[in-house]
Amino acid sequence: MTVTTETKKYELGHHPDMAPPLTTTGLIGWLRTNLFSSYMNSVLTIFVLYLLYLYIPPLIEWLFIDAIWSGGSREACEVDGAGACWAFINSRFSQFMYGFYPKDLLWRPNTAGLLLIALMVPLFLKSFNYKWVLGGFILIIYPFIAFYLIHGGSFGLETVETNKWGGLMLTLILSGVGIVASLPIGIVLALGRRSEMPIVKSLSVVYIEFWRGVPLITVLFMSSVMLPLFLPDGSDFDKLLRAMIGIIMFQSAYMAEVVRGGLQAIPKGQYEAASALGLSYWKSMGFIVLPQALKLVIPGIVNTFIALFKDTTLVLIIGLFDLLAIIQQANSDSAWLGFDTEGYVFAASVFWVFCFSMSRYSIALEAKLHTGHKR
Amino acid sequence: MKKLTSTFLLTSILAVAANSVSADTLDSVKSKGYVQCGVSTGLPGFSNADASGNWKGLDVDVCRAVAAAALGDADKVKYTPLTAKERFTALQSGEIDILSRNTTWTLTRDGSLGLNFAGVNYYDGQGFMVSKDLGVKSALELDGAAVCIQAGTTTELNLADYFRENGMKYKSVTYDTSDATIKGFEAGRCDMLSSDQSQLYSLRIKLKNPEGAIVLPEVISKEPLGPVVRQGDDKWFNIVKWSLMAMVNAEELGINSGNVSSMKNSDNPSIGRFMTGQGEKLGVRDDWAYNITKQVGNYGESFERNVGMSSPLKISRGLNALWSKGGLQYAPPIR
Repeated sequence: MTVTTETKKYELGHHPDMAPPLTTTGLIGWLRTNLFSSYMNSVLTIFVLYLLYLYIPPLIEWLFIDAIWSGGSREACEVDGAGACWAFINSRFSQFMYGFYPKDLLWRPNTAGLLLIALMVPLFLKSFNYKWVLGGFILIIYPFIAFYLIHGGSFGLETVETNKWGGLMLTLILSGVGIVASLPIGIVLALGRRSEMPIVKSLSVVYIEFWRGVPLITVLFMSSVMLPLFLPDGSDFDKLLRAMIGIIMFQSAYMAEVVRGGLQAIPKGQYEAASALGLSYWKSMGFIVLPQALKLVIPGIVNTFIALFKDTTLVLIIGLFDLLAIIQQANSDSAWLGFDTEGYVFAASVFWVFCFSMSRYSIALEAKLHTGHKR
Repeated sequence: MKKLTSTFLLTSILAVAANSVSADTLDSVKSKGYVQCGVSTGLPGFSNADASGNWKGLDVDVCRAVAAAALGDADKVKYTPLTAKERFTALQSGEIDILSRNTTWTLTRDGSLGLNFAGVNYYDGQGFMVSKDLGVKSALELDGAAVCIQAGTTTELNLADYFRENGMKYKSVTYDTSDATIKGFEAGRCDMLSSDQSQLYSLRIKLKNPEGAIVLPEVISKEPLGPVVRQGDDKWFNIVKWSLMAMVNAEELGINSGNVSSMKNSDNPSIGRFMTGQGEKLGVRDDWAYNITKQVGNYGESFERNVGMSSPLKISRGLNALWSKGGLQYAPPIR
């Protein structure tokens, strides 16, 4: 018996496309190319999978399955085999958000926050035409409204002193004010450093190098410990304000260097072209150079903002209760001793959410402003 | 450079101490209507805020007692949380009226900072905590032990002194924070943990099994903690001092917040003097001691409520018992 294999004849160049081999497509293909492409990689993959198997299930059990979600004191969490004690976070949640802000006045910071969100929404709408006006309003007028709402003191609102502010609210206020104030100051300093006027230039250089040369912790410490000694008696200079000024001074020096990086990346021809058009210094900077330079350094700017956001936790060394400090102080309540881990996990996740959103927003912004510089 | 800096610092502090807030603290407290009190940023049992934001603790009770004496209302206190480094500046610069923040009374602080210590509200001292399984009764049995301590504190020096004095050897395992220290102890990195006794008890609660560890009886250092006021205002100094003493006297006389009203008309002359405690000599209301006892309680009540057996810390009275019960708390008579 002869084996007959059927062979089809195709005309030259008319062979139909065949499906790719199974091992190079779909899930298997992806696994083969990414996880098991060599012996070494296979061993590493299996090892990592083993590690995940060891650590992920207990972590999930601790975080969710065995966790205790409600209870009035540490006794609720002292059950055998209990996981994370979220009851601790639960019982203190409003303190973590607002610090010692009076409970019946919480509508005030809430209104300030909601107002900000409401004002921000149109900025993300493409069809909205008055973005400059609204942006200016948010940056210049809104801070006063927010301060009035949160601090009170006139028009019939009860004063809530800054030492009652705390928690996430304080973290957001510190970083928000720091971000909003340090960018313009930083831009001015960066322009000053590249200026040809010797006094402006040297003042900018001295300022930048001085503030970059000292650690933030020293700045905060000076503002809270040394400054009151030099001020005349009875001039009670608000501690939060002192810290805020310190943070702005410090951060604007960093911002200046980031912006300067962008300015240096703009080809000389752009400056010359702007002058050739007869534009004044401020016009050429405002219309030609800065829009390009700032776009280039968006990653650097956002990086500085994220660093600032996290640096605000340093205010805990001067006794201001930001998110981290208020969690630490809650940990020292003798009714809730021993749940530091839960506190820190909570703080870390809040910080992560904020920093990650900032980073995603910056990516979106870069994509939107991308006009042919991408390599 | 270091010398220069410290000279600069000292001069500035002295300059401030000299022209310092010489105004009458009592008058300013009365006119603003509250006592501004410096407390810690959170120390279990001594000063920390509860879930609704109210400050509680042994140190906080001193502030409340002063407010009760000066203003007749223990709730008229505003708290300024301070870190260890800020505390003296805050007092010197007049930001606070009284510092009640587990501050150890030492000669240097009393003599050179322009401050006065108004008494001792807690006698602390460095002690040891060991695992119960070790079966140790005294620190002297621990030759060659590994000790968990927090780095850079006087704890380290006291420990070295103690072991050298007794001709014993030890191996120190240092950590940056007290939380890391207790985690190290729990993980068995050391045989014992050394820290101030008040802290040992709050660290012990953080163990998975607090019953498995015991605090040894040895106390190897003196850490008298007390409220501090600015130098140069003796009237205010007296009020703070006697507020504290009134609490101790009340315990001694058997007066507490529960029975103080019924004892107001007692025949006992000492109690009578306590109730109308000659406030004019201190410049406060006549019923100042009554107000303190009624609103804050006597020293024993405050101790039990904040750090003693009815609190989670369960610290025994020890040195802080009344002198008549073998402790050190002794107050001159109110007469």
